[in-house]
Parts: sequence; structure tokens; C-alpha cells
Amino acid sequence: MKRDSAVDLVGLLSVEGEELAASWVREVATSLGGRIGVAELDRELRELHGALREALREGAVDVHSEQMSEVRALLTELSRNRARQGFSPSETAMSVFALKRVLEPVLQNGSAETIRAYLQLGRILDGLGLFAIETYTQTRDELITTQAEQLLELSTPVVRLWDGVIAVPLVGTLDSARTQVVMEKLLQALVDTGSEQAIIDITGVPAVDTQVAQHLLKTIVAARLMGAECTVSGISPQIAQTIVALGIEFDGIVTKASLADALKLALRRSGVDMVAHEGVQR
Amino acid sequence: MTERIPILRIGKTLVVSVQFDLEDQTVLNLQEDLAEQIVAKSAQGVIIDISALEIVDSFVGRMLATVAAISRVLDARTVVVGMRPAVAITLVELGLSLGGVSTALDLEKGLAKLSRPTSSALR
Amino acid sequence: MTAPWSAGEEPQVYPIARSGDVVHIRQAIRALSQQCRLSLVDQTKMITAASELARNTLTYGGGGTVSAGMVSVDGRRGVAAVFEDSGPGISDVEQAMTDGWTSGGGLGLGLSGARRLVDDFQLRTAPGEGTAVTIIKWVR
Repeated sequence: MKRDSAVDLVGLLSVEGEELAASWVREVATSLGGRIGVAELDRELRELHGALREALREGAVDVHSEQMSEVRALLTELSRNRARQGFSPSETAMSVFALKRVLEPVLQNGSAETIRAYLQLGRILDGLGLFAIETYTQTRDELITTQAEQLLELSTPVVRLWDGVIAVPLVGTLDSARTQVVMEKLLQALVDTGSEQAIIDITGVPAVDTQVAQHLLKTIVAARLMGAECTVSGISPQIAQTIVALGIEFDGIVTKASLADALKLALRRSGVDMVAHEGVQR
Repeated sequence: MTERIPILRIGKTLVVSVQFDLEDQTVLNLQEDLAEQIVAKSAQGVIIDISALEIVDSFVGRMLATVAAISRVLDARTVVVGMRPAVAITLVELGLSLGGVSTALDLEKGLAKLSRPTSSALR
Repeated sequence: MTAPWSAGEEPQVYPIARSGDVVHIRQAIRALSQQCRLSLVDQTKMITAASELARNTLTYGGGGTVSAGMVSVDGRRGVAAVFEDSGPGISDVEQAMTDGWTSGGGLGLGLSGARRLVDDFQLRTAPGEGTAVTIIKWVR
């Protein structure tokens, strides 16, 4: 009985042979609206078609069957590519489900066996579709994690303002992890650039909590241990209120209203004098 | 028996470069030797280069603070130079901020710091 | 707390009997931390914590041992060290964990400071029954 159904399933996929795969490719190409090369799609789906037929011939009953390993591998690759290329989960699953639609014509005038085989294949394809979506989601999650890490790196630039003066302009919400990254980057930059003055500008930071404020304080003390001085600039009125309300000791920390003021102080400390020339054309 | 760290002299400045992980007794010896040398060479400045040290625990931290305090009593100034970022972060977390110790990024900046008049003299 | 040593990786046991042993323990913990791929800052914190605790074991516990090795729980990996002595133990743990409190002329940062440097910290002690301190630093 099982053997027979396998034959039926394979038979179903072999109807019109190459023609079936070609219709499948056409159907999927339409659903993806030409955003993927037909040649690439053709290769992907024909491989999948062949592997699926082979798996069914060997008696695979669902997506988790051992005989399906080749199909799963191909489907994983397909889903990963779709996720990376920015297709939606539905569009990804369509690549599988389209095969059902392509097979629909066999239902007309089909024998009872054919219809049974179609339904059975339908269940298998449903399983494959879900598998594709799962892989898609996994890939997206991985992408998001990587991007979050990259963002963390990108969002904490250490810039050189002058010979011996560096600054970190912080933008956005600071959490404990990010503040720690900033701290380590800033201190390393002091060594790399031989800077004795560092400015931490928090103009773009909407709020700080106790932990973040503590991290900033620790950074400043650590910089002092290394032989550099830190100035904090751009403290917003809200943050100033938080600092006072939380009772955080900001004693001995030099603060300036703006980055410009902080730079002036840093330059003066490094022995640079700034002179405005009168009569200069602007 | 235990190792002693060589103390170099450049003019009125004593220079010590710590190149390896120190045993506690070596740390104490260094503290003693420095106190003696400041008086013997009538030094006005002491530079302790710790750029090669991968860790500074509370024992070494306390030695640095003590040397700074001793040198102040003997009318000399101590500058600790070259502390690594990871070491600085760890010391702060440990709870040691080395309040009375002057610091500089490297040997050159440390020497420059000693050659400048003290900030208290400017006040 | 017995440290969750990685399967097949028995911890190494090092004696803490004289001041020179503290240096060896720092080197052993450094090697482990590098092997475990802790970040540079985390390595430094772990070695420093171990240094403080080894010195405590020597000074206050009259010597003892440290078992150090790699640990893993739920796919997380880390470096663990257990410092044990059969000294007088600690009668007032809360006081001993306070910054600046010392019974032996130190800075009083050993226990409290070491706790801040690591991720997991456990102190097991009773008067007359020695002291065991377990520390773990996990890979971030």
C-alpha cells in the first residue's frame, strides 16, 4: 500500500516531466514579480523538483523523513537567499506552495487515486513550506543580531578633534553594554593617539540611568589613571536633573555646556592659544 | 634572594620600568629602594613605568599610592606612566582610584609633567 | 556551589603556600582566560580577582589550594576558580565583604573588589571551618 502511494506521488510529479518544472518556475517568477533572475529560479526549482521526486521515490513521508535531507538542504539554501535578498516570508513560502497550484489541473478528470495522491503530496508540501518559513525567520534573526552588533560599533566613533584631543559624540539611548563598549574604545584611543584630553559629548543622549552614569564616571576615573583628562559636554537639563535626583556623585568631573566649550578647555589645557584676528573677511 | 628592580637616574629624576609580573616581596623591595634612592640621590621626581604590566592588583596599587605619598614627604613628585586601558578599567572596578597619584600616558609625557611647575605652585 | 566544570576537563589544582605561588596562579588563570577567549578586559578582571583571592587565602587562611578550569552551562563558557583554605574562617561575612574593612592590614578590597570583577561569586565559610570562594567569569 505504502509502496503504491509512493509510486502515485512520484507519478504525480513526473506528469508532463520537464513541463511541470517549467510551469512551476513560471508560477513562482510571476509571484516574485521579476525581482529574481529567471535563470537562477529555474536552477533552484529544477534541483528542488528533482530532489523531491527522488525523496518520494525512496519513500519519504514528510519533511522530516531521512530521505528528505537533500530537499531540506536545497530549501534551506533557497530560504536563506530569499531572506538575504529582502523577500517577504509569504513570497518565500510561495516558492513551495506554487507547486500545488501547478498540479491542480490533474484533479480534473482525475481518478480517486490521483486525488488521494494530490492530497498526500499537498500535506508534504505544506510541511516543506513551513520549513522554508522557519529557515527564513532564522536567517532574518541572524541578520538582525549581526546588524545590531555592527550598529554598536558604528554608533560609537572616536574622533580626533585636535592633536592630543579626542572626542566621542554619543547619540541615542545608552545602555550598560553600549556604554562599556564606548568606555573601552575611548581608553584604547587615548593610547593609540597619545591624547591627554578626551571629551565625552552626550548632546544626543536623551536620558541616562544610574548604571550608565556610573559607567561614564568609571571611564573618567580610568582615563585619569592612564594620564588623561575627560570633559563631559552637552548634558541636557533632564539629564542634569536625573543626576541630581539619583544622587550620583559628579564631583571632580569637569562638565561643559557644549562641545565647543569643552574643546576650548581641552585646547587650553594642552597649551594651545586661540586668537581671533580682527578684520578677517568672512 | 628575591628579585630587585633596577632604578635608573636621569638628572634629578629616578626612573623605574616594571617589566614582569611582580611577586609581593619584590613590590615591597621596590617601595623601600625608591624611598632610599630619593634621599640618596636627592631626586625631585620619580617615574614608574607600568606599560608592560598586564595586571595591577590592590597590592601593587597600594605600593604606587604609598610611593607617591612617601615621595611627597621627601619633596619629590611621582608619576605613574603607561597604565593599560584594561588595567585602568579593572582598578576602577576593584575600587582603587589612586587619588594622590599623578599619571601620564607614556614615559615622555611623564617626564614633561615633572618638568612643569606643580599646579599648586601656580595657584 | 560546586563549579560546573566542563565535561572531560578536570580542573587543575595549584597550591597556595608561599608568596611566589600567587604569581603562578595569575599565569595559570591568564592561560585559561586566553584559551577560553575572554575579552582582554575580562581577562584582566579575572586575573586580578584571582590575584586578590589567592593573596587572601595565603594571608588570612594560612595557605590552601586553588582549583581552576573551564566551565560550561547551557552553552555558555567561562573560567572558574575555587579558592579553599582550612584557616579560621570568617565570622562576620557581611563585614568582610564591605569595602575598606580589613582584619589583616590590607586595603580591604580583596573580597568586595574581587566580587565586582567577576560574574559569579560565592563565599562559603564558617568560624573554624575554613573558607571557600568560587568565582566565574563568563564569555560575553
